[in-house]
Amino acid sequence: MADATLAAPAATAPAAAPADQASRLRFNGWRKVVLLLGLALLWEGYARHLGNALLLPTFSATVRALVEGFASGELLARTATSLELLLMGYGAGLVLAALLTALASLSRWGAELLELLTAMLNPLPAVALLPVALLWFGIGAPSLVFVITHAVLWPVALSSYAGFRSVPRTLRMTGRNLGLSAPRFIIEILMPAALPQILAGLRLGWAFAWRTLIAAELVFGVSARSGGIGWFIYTNRAQLETANVFAGLLTIILVGLIVEALLFRGAARATIQRWGQEQ
Amino acid sequence: MGVTLRVAEPDPLLSLDGVTLRYGSGASAVTAVQDITVDLAVGDRLVLLGPSGCGKSSLLRAVGGFQPVDGGRIHLRGKPVGKPGPDRMAVFQEFDQLLPWRTVLGNVRYALQRGRGLDRATAGKRARDWIGRVGLTRVLDAYPHTLSGGMKQRVAIARAFALEPDLLLMDEPFAALDALTRRQMQDELLALCEQTGASVLFVTHGIDEAIRVGTHVLSLSPHPGRMKALIPVPLAARQRGTTAFAQLEASLQADLLGEADQDTAPPSGERRHG
Ligand SMILES: Nc1ncnc2c1ncn2[C@@H]1O[C@H](COP(=O)(O)OP(=O)(O)O)[C@@H](O)[C@H]1O
Ligand SMILES: [Mg+2]
Repeated sequence: MADATLAAPAATAPAAAPADQASRLRFNGWRKVVLLLGLALLWEGYARHLGNALLLPTFSATVRALVEGFASGELLARTATSLELLLMGYGAGLVLAALLTALASLSRWGAELLELLTAMLNPLPAVALLPVALLWFGIGAPSLVFVITHAVLWPVALSSYAGFRSVPRTLRMTGRNLGLSAPRFIIEILMPAALPQILAGLRLGWAFAWRTLIAAELVFGVSARSGGIGWFIYTNRAQLETANVFAGLLTIILVGLIVEALLFRGAARATIQRWGQEQ
Repeated sequence: MGVTLRVAEPDPLLSLDGVTLRYGSGASAVTAVQDITVDLAVGDRLVLLGPSGCGKSSLLRAVGGFQPVDGGRIHLRGKPVGKPGPDRMAVFQEFDQLLPWRTVLGNVRYALQRGRGLDRATAGKRARDWIGRVGLTRVLDAYPHTLSGGMKQRVAIARAFALEPDLLLMDEPFAALDALTRRQMQDELLALCEQTGASVLFVTHGIDEAIRVGTHVLSLSPHPGRMKALIPVPLAARQRGTTAFAQLEASLQADLLGEADQDTAPPSGERRHG
């Protein structure tokens, strides 16, 4: 009857959406590949024209250095070192951010504390904290983990808290209507409802952490034996191995792209896009 | 018009006794509703009818335990109402009352697991049954954002009924729907109520809807909301187009629009106490 005709378009929508999305993704992908090829050609052409491998190695020389670096295992080991430090700092930052956000959503004091701390510390560039970190922890991994934690903590806490606060009143009332306990209410209602902002915070925090780490390694490179990608770039610059410097930069870009495309976009596709929550 | 009284229930399901609700405090305080006294017996469908801003939603939230009471008392089965709970399941006007990250089945099942403490299998079985009763079996595994407004409200209604609450609270659940869907959903709701004998507190600003849905209509004055009349809806009036319907509609319209706002608060002796 009337209902069947009213409901029909909506009921067929979910079936149509994924196919539509997939075709749009493929199309965008191809355009990007063409653009990338164009940029690589431009690089190759200009570097050959310049003819100074110390200033700008060709694209092909950089790719060769990249392949050799990974084949010899050095770049892989450097990347692993960097990622290990990154994950430690990222993890610590997330735990602290979760604690602060939970505190802020439970009490007025916690909320004021979070607002005060983020207002003061969020604008402070993580690298500016390195001298303090070196004083406290000395040269080594703990200093780097400390500044990465700082880089992650504030943006993640800020956006998660904003997410919690923007959960619609109706949804809150629905949760309370079921008589949920406070932990269940936070975990099963507030967190999924705030997931778009939480994911955005995680993504921002990751980008901050990655940049902070590379910058810190470049400035204060930890030690020759256990350094990360930043250290790899720093030492190769000193030895005028410019192709290796560019290979290090490409590695940073690749890691960033892979995490962004696989991890964050994948997580978003599996959750907030599927649930129609993406803003 | 004075208040049309009805015989006091000896053992009301819900009783409101001089309920007053305010927002803010001190000089800037706003009174939302004032001195509401009414009883609802098991199987009643009491409609709160009044213009926007007269405090209907506030009153419903207070019964649900979402909002504190500033004067008077609210009792459910003789006990003061406390925090919100699944004994008073609410259906709101807004379409965002479903959990977007759960499917239609998931929404109803989750409510049964948490609200009624059922295990997943039992909850799933009962959820499927109720989703079937509102005609949504074909979208069992769809996420809410893919549903039309009417379908979302059906899921919310199925969820509320599935928990078998003592009292259903409905705050203009059909107000954001198109006229055709709204009429259809009113009929479906009536059918469900008649099958289950559910007791309902229903908020609306539509006179037509009040007569269709309610067994009793409590009309409220504009802001701040005070009781104007409590009118039982005769069975004969429930059918649109009948004389009884037109008469009741006219009388409610007179109540709401008529002799404006100020002087119609009932003298306190006339109110009944449950
Ligand atoms: N959270 C609030 N804070 C302050 N005033 C409010 C709030 N909610 C409602 N009010 C006021 O209380 C009165 C009744 O509102 P409401 O219960 O939403 O009425 P209705 O549902 O009948 O439209 C209105 O005048 C409104 O402005
Ligand atoms: Mg309202």
